[in-house]
Order: sequence, then structure tokens, then C-alpha cells
Amino acid sequence: MQRRNFLKAGAAAAALAALYGCTAGTKSSGHVVIVGGGYGGATAAKYLRMWSGGGVQVTLVERNPQFISCPISNLVIGGMKTMADITHDYDTLRGKWGVRVIQDEVLGVDSGKRSVRLAKGGELSYDRLVLSPGVDFLWDQLPGLNSADAQAKVLHAWKAGPQTVALRKQLEAMPDGGVYALSIPKAPYRCPPGPYERACLVADYFKHHKPKSKVVILDANEEVVSKKGLFTKAWEDLYKGILEYRNNSEVKDVDAATNTAILEFDKLKANVLNIVPPQRAGDIAANAGLKLINKRWVEIDWLSMESTNTPGVHVLGDAIFPAPTMPKSGHMANQHAKLAAAAILNLLAGDAPNPAPVVMNTCYSFVDAKNAIHVASVHQYDAATKLVQPVKGAGGVSAARNEIEAKIALGWAKNIWADMLG
Amino acid sequence: MQRSVAAAILGLAALSGAAHATDPNLARSLAATCANCHNTDGRAVPESGQEPLAGVDKAKLLQKLSEFRNGTKPATIMHQISKGYTEAQLDLIAGYFAARK
Repeated sequence: MQRRNFLKAGAAAAALAALYGCTAGTKSSGHVVIVGGGYGGATAAKYLRMWSGGGVQVTLVERNPQFISCPISNLVIGGMKTMADITHDYDTLRGKWGVRVIQDEVLGVDSGKRSVRLAKGGELSYDRLVLSPGVDFLWDQLPGLNSADAQAKVLHAWKAGPQTVALRKQLEAMPDGGVYALSIPKAPYRCPPGPYERACLVADYFKHHKPKSKVVILDANEEVVSKKGLFTKAWEDLYKGILEYRNNSEVKDVDAATNTAILEFDKLKANVLNIVPPQRAGDIAANAGLKLINKRWVEIDWLSMESTNTPGVHVLGDAIFPAPTMPKSGHMANQHAKLAAAAILNLLAGDAPNPAPVVMNTCYSFVDAKNAIHVASVHQYDAATKLVQPVKGAGGVSAARNEIEAKIALGWAKNIWADMLG
Repeated sequence: MQRSVAAAILGLAALSGAAHATDPNLARSLAATCANCHNTDGRAVPESGQEPLAGVDKAKLLQKLSEFRNGTKPATIMHQISKGYTEAQLDLIAGYFAARK
């Protein structure tokens, strides 16, 4: 099978060279290994192949057989979309772009030897390594959830997949008059507006199917972290008497047996308890010897996304310590991937990375089945601070929730999925 | 407004020349920041409701972007995003998309 993939890669390379290989700049070659096939890793894989005209070999290591999108997954939890709507395969990355996609897990990185160790055995050597592992959870901060049994009962559904389906089933099984409680950790965490969107969509489901039920948000933060005015307006207009928001309400522990969230001075027993745990860079990045900030997030060079202390290792997406006002989002991971791909191709060719990179973010949230809101920002590299800084006067949020942006949000999903996998 | 667009384009030629000297793939990389919503190389997924950018005349694209920036063209989000790029960058982006056939 590996041989067949390599043959396919060869054929794809010829086609790619014809399409893209004639662009300006020095020809790059080498082998890039990418860990994680989500919004960051899959985008990096495609763009490295596309922009090098097939000159750079790319191996993508991903645990799961298919890509399942976190964005739009709250609509599955609300019952408006299905898993099929958010699940995509890696066939085009393999067949059209010649990426060698391996279903496996990377257990360790040897940055001195420039190789990674695979769970199924063997090693892969690389010229450049890209880690795009997303987040992992700090279970030790929630002792009562620090077991497989407890985690199977009290769900996070903060990585789209089986937990998305399981949370939907818990909501469907909940009797009318029940309570759904959702906890939010202190920022930064993956997808700042995501919990508020989820609360809206569960409230919308209750409104139409279980009208005596309640949604309670337990937010560890002082106030709504993202799109505050738009979310609070939606709660007042659409979910009065259904949705209750509690700020400064950090969940310190969980009693999984009784579905109880334990706060500093209070407890809340719910029919469906949904805990979004505190997070840090995904295990493989957190344990690879890379410099971390706050022991959680990888510090990177914004010209290349390369670790500041480990040459040859680039890190994308939620795992990094973000630049000012930059959210941990799938959209942003895709932008990191393109910045990294351009820099890696320059570096492999012996050239300096682009000294003036730009990244931007757009994030849509549904407040009910038909209305959405957005937040957007553009970030330009600033040589003085060596950070990509938000451009003043650019970006912003929707004027008001509206149906047009709900359609655009779904159009965004189709295009970004095509951009990374198509 | 026409004059300001023309002035912008003139101003840009010099600037983008300098930028080209720095990174030969700058236009490509800047245009890639648009692909999340408009797909790779601006070839928007058919019936996704997103505007295709590939092969659109450069002057027409710059005109539109200028109208987003000065608020004369109504938008849900492009008035906010277009202000995040310099005119020189928008010129490179529009040129890149115009050349995608």
C-alpha cells in the first residue's frame, strides 16, 4: 500500500509541476512530515505539495481515518446537521496532491536526529517537521474526571467525533424539564465563541422540543469571551427563561456519578453535564522539548511558525501561544499552515522566509438554526514586536444576528474544507 | 474616488516592485489568506454562495475592494477585512487572482 501511494505521489508530482511548478523562486525539495490532519496539518500538506509543484515530499500522520470538523459540529449537537455533513476523507490529498497520508500516531520526536517515532512501529525522518496536534485536556485540574469511565459519562465534545454523537444522544434522552449545564474554562481555550454558540443551539433545540428544560452556562471567565454583545442580545431576545448565564463560575471538580459540577462555593447537579476542560498544546507538542509559554502553549517565530528553541520543528493552530487578540480557531490554523508552508519552501531552498506575513481570521457562530454572527480580524507582521499584530480599524463583529450570515457560514465551511482537503 | 484608485494603483507599482524583490511569492501568499472563504486560488466552490475570484479582471477587483474599504459597497464582512490590508497588498492580491484562468 505504501508503494502504491508513492507511485501515486509520483504521478501527482508530474501533474503538479505542470500546474504550479513554474512559479518564481528557487525550487524546493526535501521531506516534510506533518503530524495531525486537521485544519492546520491538512492545509499545510496540500499547500506544500501545491506550491512546490510536487517537488517536496509530504507525509501526513493522522490518527483518525477521516477528518471531522469542529466548526459546524455544534449544529450536530443541536440536531440541525448530521455527522455526515462534517466528515470528509483524505482521498483528494492522496490522489490529486500526492500527499502520503498514514493512519498512525506519532509517539515521540527526536529533533536532533530529525525523526519521529510511530505507534505502529518504525520511524520517519524529516527535513522539516510540522506539528498540528490541536489541544489536549488538563484532566489533573478536574480530579473527578480523571478516569476513562468518568470521561465516558461527563462529556466534553470539544474534539469533534464520537463525543459529538454521544452528547447529542444524551440531550435527546434527557426528559423535558431537565437541566443541561455547560462549563467554560478560563481563556485561552479552543474556539472562544464555541461554548456560547453551543449553549444557543441546545437552547434552540429545547425551545422547540423540550420547552420546560433549561441551559446553564458556568463560565470561569469574568464575562463572555467572544461576541459578547451579540450573544447576550440573542439570549435576551430568543432564550429568556431557558438560558441562564453565570460568570466567574469556574468548575473546580466534577462528581461524575451524580452529574454534579463542583464550584468554589456552590454545586450544580445537571441531567446533562458538559464540561469543556482547561487545555494546553496537544501531547506531542507539549512533550517534544519545545519551549512552552505558561507551560501550555508553544512559543513560535511568527515569520515561519518554527519553534523558538527547536530548529526544524514548526507548530500550527491551537497548540501555539497566540499573537495578541488571535483566537484558537480552525480558520486561524489554516492561515498558520499557509504561513508555515511558504516559509518552509523558502527555507528548504536556502532562502529567508517572507519578512511581511499576513494572517486573518473569520469566525461564524449560529445563535439559532437560521441566524448567525461573525467576528473577523486581520493581523500583519510587526518587525518591532516580532508578532503578527491586529490591524487597528480593521475587523469587527456583525451589526446584528442575521440569516444571510447563516448561509455564508455554511458557504465558509464548504470553501475551507475544499481549501484544505479538496 | 476614481482618482484615488488610480493614485493607489500608481503608488503600488513602486511598492509592489520593492515587495517582489523581497519575496517572489508574496502575491501568491497574500492571496492565499482569502482562500478560506473563496477556496484555493479563488475558485469558490460552486453553489456555496461565495464569490469566485479566479480570473476576475484586476481593475474590477480593486474597484470592489476600494468600495468595501470606503463603505460605499454594502457588505456583511468584507468592509472589515479589506481594511486590514494595505493598498499595495490588495494590488498584489487582485493581480494574482486576475491571472488565475
